[in-house]
Amino acid sequence: MVALPVLDRKVIRDLKRLWAQVLAIALVMACGVMTLILAQGAYRSLSQTQKTYYDQYRFGHIFAQAVRAPDHLKDRIAAIDGVAAVEMRIVRSAILDIPQMAEPAAGIALSLPSGRKPAVNRLYLRAGRLPEGSRTNQVALDSRFAKAHGLNPGDTFSAILNGKKLNLEITGIILSPEFIYALGPGDLVPDDRRFAVFFMAQSAMEGLFDMKNAANDISLRLLRGACTPCVLEQLDRLLKPYGGTGAYKRKDQQSHAFLDAELTQLSAMAKVLPPIFLLVSAFLVNMILSRLIALEREQIGLLKACGYSSWSVAGHYAKLVSFIALLGVGIGSIAGNYMGKLMTQMYAQYFSFPFLVFDESPDIYLIAAAISLFAALGGALSSIMKAARLPPAVAMRPPAPPRFRSFLSLKSKRVRILSQLSTMGLRHLMHNPVRSLLTSIGVSFALALLVSALFLTNSMDHMINVAFNKAETADARLTLADDKAPSVLDDILRLPGVLTAEAYRQEPVILRFGPKEKRVAITGRPTNANLSRILDLDERVIEMPRTGLMLPTHLANQLGVKPGEMVTVELTRHNSILQQVRVSGTVTSYMGISASMHIDALNALVPTGPRISDLAINIDRTRLDDLYDAVKQTPGLGGIAMQMLSREKFRELMDQSFTSMLVAYITIAVIVAFGVVYNAARIQLSERGRELASLRVIGFSKQEVFHVILVEMAMIVLLAQPMGWLIGYGMAAGMIQGFASDLFRVPLVVLPSTYAIASFVILTAALACALIVRRRVGKLDLIKTLKTRE
Amino acid sequence: MPTPVFIAENTTKTYVTNEVEVHALRGVSMTLFEGEMVVLLGPSGSGKSTFLNILGGLDNATSGTVSFMGKNLTDFSESELTRYRRDYVGFVFQFYNLIPSLNAWENVALTTEIARNPMDPQEALELVGLGNRSSHFPAEMSGGEQQRVAIARAIAKRPEVLLCDEPTGALDTKTGTLVLEALQRINLELGTTTAIITHNTAIQQMANRVYVFKDGAIESTHENERPKQPSEVAW
Repeated sequence: MVALPVLDRKVIRDLKRLWAQVLAIALVMACGVMTLILAQGAYRSLSQTQKTYYDQYRFGHIFAQAVRAPDHLKDRIAAIDGVAAVEMRIVRSAILDIPQMAEPAAGIALSLPSGRKPAVNRLYLRAGRLPEGSRTNQVALDSRFAKAHGLNPGDTFSAILNGKKLNLEITGIILSPEFIYALGPGDLVPDDRRFAVFFMAQSAMEGLFDMKNAANDISLRLLRGACTPCVLEQLDRLLKPYGGTGAYKRKDQQSHAFLDAELTQLSAMAKVLPPIFLLVSAFLVNMILSRLIALEREQIGLLKACGYSSWSVAGHYAKLVSFIALLGVGIGSIAGNYMGKLMTQMYAQYFSFPFLVFDESPDIYLIAAAISLFAALGGALSSIMKAARLPPAVAMRPPAPPRFRSFLSLKSKRVRILSQLSTMGLRHLMHNPVRSLLTSIGVSFALALLVSALFLTNSMDHMINVAFNKAETADARLTLADDKAPSVLDDILRLPGVLTAEAYRQEPVILRFGPKEKRVAITGRPTNANLSRILDLDERVIEMPRTGLMLPTHLANQLGVKPGEMVTVELTRHNSILQQVRVSGTVTSYMGISASMHIDALNALVPTGPRISDLAINIDRTRLDDLYDAVKQTPGLGGIAMQMLSREKFRELMDQSFTSMLVAYITIAVIVAFGVVYNAARIQLSERGRELASLRVIGFSKQEVFHVILVEMAMIVLLAQPMGWLIGYGMAAGMIQGFASDLFRVPLVVLPSTYAIASFVILTAALACALIVRRRVGKLDLIKTLKTRE
Repeated sequence: MPTPVFIAENTTKTYVTNEVEVHALRGVSMTLFEGEMVVLLGPSGSGKSTFLNILGGLDNATSGTVSFMGKNLTDFSESELTRYRRDYVGFVFQFYNLIPSLNAWENVALTTEIARNPMDPQEALELVGLGNRSSHFPAEMSGGEQQRVAIARAIAKRPEVLLCDEPTGALDTKTGTLVLEALQRINLELGTTTAIITHNTAIQQMANRVYVFKDGAIESTHENERPKQPSEVAW
């Protein structure tokens, strides 16, 4: 057996003796390592999978839609400088009728070129084969929808395409890089049951939609180093005569945007959270080590007197600290790996990838270990240097007694506001103000983490309440395959179960104000709309003015336009006619950036005259099945968005993901709060054991002596509350900013109850600490403590 | 006939650590009378501190009885012992054990706040000759001054007994004398029964009675007809 050097045996015994504090620090450090590994691992998994998938399956760089672009345009588009490949296809919405499912599902049908693989946006074939070019009733179906309904190659389902009901045979199950994240119309979160993506042969789609030798959807891949704005501009110019609605980049493609938002969040998480935990643990290491070195002052003197060098003394303490860090890294790595796998599984539900494996490359773990060691040793540096520099003769003498200031000392000794015990606690607190403040900040981080997690439910509740209970109250929204005359409203009202219906018009436009422009849709709204309303900034329903444009604040800010100013509206579907429209106001909107106008004003603006593109309806729920059947049979309907189901799905998903997130955050916050408070209390107890024993000897009870410790702990924890609320609010505001996108924005709502719950959790953790420390106060060895020299 | 304050009969104390029995006291019997000053002498490990701790309610006897004014301390619960220390006993230790974050006056007030019939902290400080140092913190005082504050803190509650464990152990002769003078003055003026532990044989000359401990038992005892003043004691 190899004999361990004596100093190393001391390290092991010190660790055993200090195990509770060591573990508390290691756990805080583990939180840092865990979040780093989790976020970095998940980030890498997602981004690498995304990159590989995009490259192998030739995901497009630029996308555009048009009303009807002739196929011969393809050569001219391909000739644009920087374009590597062009694919033109037909994309249309559909309504699906699935056996065993009462409500109709929404679908999107895309054409596949016959006899060759698409040049852009290729499909990953999971099972079966792609449809044959000559067959009009074969489809390749998206794997999520297939899985949700147990559909396999060879099975059939019905769909209404351009008003025609077809029986479609599934030839293959596919995944597409364009639909990694797929949202159905009106949905807030993916719903695999109610939204389908499927591909049909080009010739079949041409026939169904009367699009012979034409396309309405164009995707491009670019050469490396191509000038993206130049390509966008030239593509727009080519598509303009054919009703081009404006080309856009990847970053505006829905699936990519969602995936990108997730990646941004992960990378923010990897940057923000681990440093917080590592800073707190560095501080804890500093606290525990400076106390240990103060206690072992004479031992250090003795070691040096025996001939140990300053370096070996420093190395001794560095080993102790390194062990704590490595313990944290070990725990954090295991937890991070486990959580990372869970998170990747969760991603596999949201995002449809042919493969998604949690990245376990060793370098993340090595980096985490290096950063943790660095943080721990950084925290320990000043104490270690102090130990190394201490001359042996000085070390063996007791340190100079601490000097206290007459803080809280009253001139008139007869007037006593505080007992001597409280004075002791408070003076001790003020004796080391930096340490006290840092301890408090440590606790406040724990509190802030909780606030920044809990507020999300407040914000989501608020958003749901405003969006669903106040603004969008319709049960469903029916989209017409093509814009129709207003008389269609009567047809819809005649459908079984439809209680009320309101007609709306959507018109894609480009809004310009000064140098800024934005591609949006203008929604034409009827007078006295009840099913889809707009709200002012105080969330009151406002009546649509007869003239002028109402903009969501998010859009108004992007354009930099204020009410009363004129914006230029380019009608992209109508030869890009330019119109000047006054902005009549701004409105609150958490979803989308659609602008609003009175439908009559919009009808007057667009040369085609009065038209309707979609209808909001309220449904008699006892006649749902009849309505579903009718919708499945009704020609002319392009799609149906079941908003009542979307809401439920959204709620369900939020509840699910919030519950697990809250559990994780509460655990982490309790670990941090506990680690900080427990270490602070133990160090206090160590520093003041003598004082406290004196008090016990004088005749103070255990409870009274504990009170001294409690005063100091309570002050630290109480001071942490407002700081934690403030930091938490700041973190919440930062998160909201990070979330904000054109798709949706989350309002910043932090209810008083959120602060209260967060504080309750932290105070409970602190109280649990206090009770543990109280037991140690009870165990103080009075005689031993008093008879030894400090 | 003076009233007995403490009556200890056949007191033993055995510590068991790591299955090794250490017999700290092997049957000590002693009676302390009201107002007297006794000195307990003996080498380290002779049991004198253990005995004093039992008298002061910091420790329990293993067998035998120790009664304080007719009450058996060995029957006291933990909280009764706390109460007993709070109300009747003053302690002085070798290492002062002042609270560094409280000044002299506040250190004394610590006991007066919880005592039944305390004196004014200032008065206690004046008794030990530190009336003008009341706002100084321990770190601002010499060892002798700190020890006198400790004495003032111990006597400010007017305890029945004052138990001192090596009160001059950490002090030089000159400051040690000042401390002993303070102890004697309190013994004479307040009539507080005082027990002083020391291994300094010269100090025995100021006591009424002297017990010499050896190996956990009383080896010998004698009385001084005329106790000397601390300044007369050569040590």
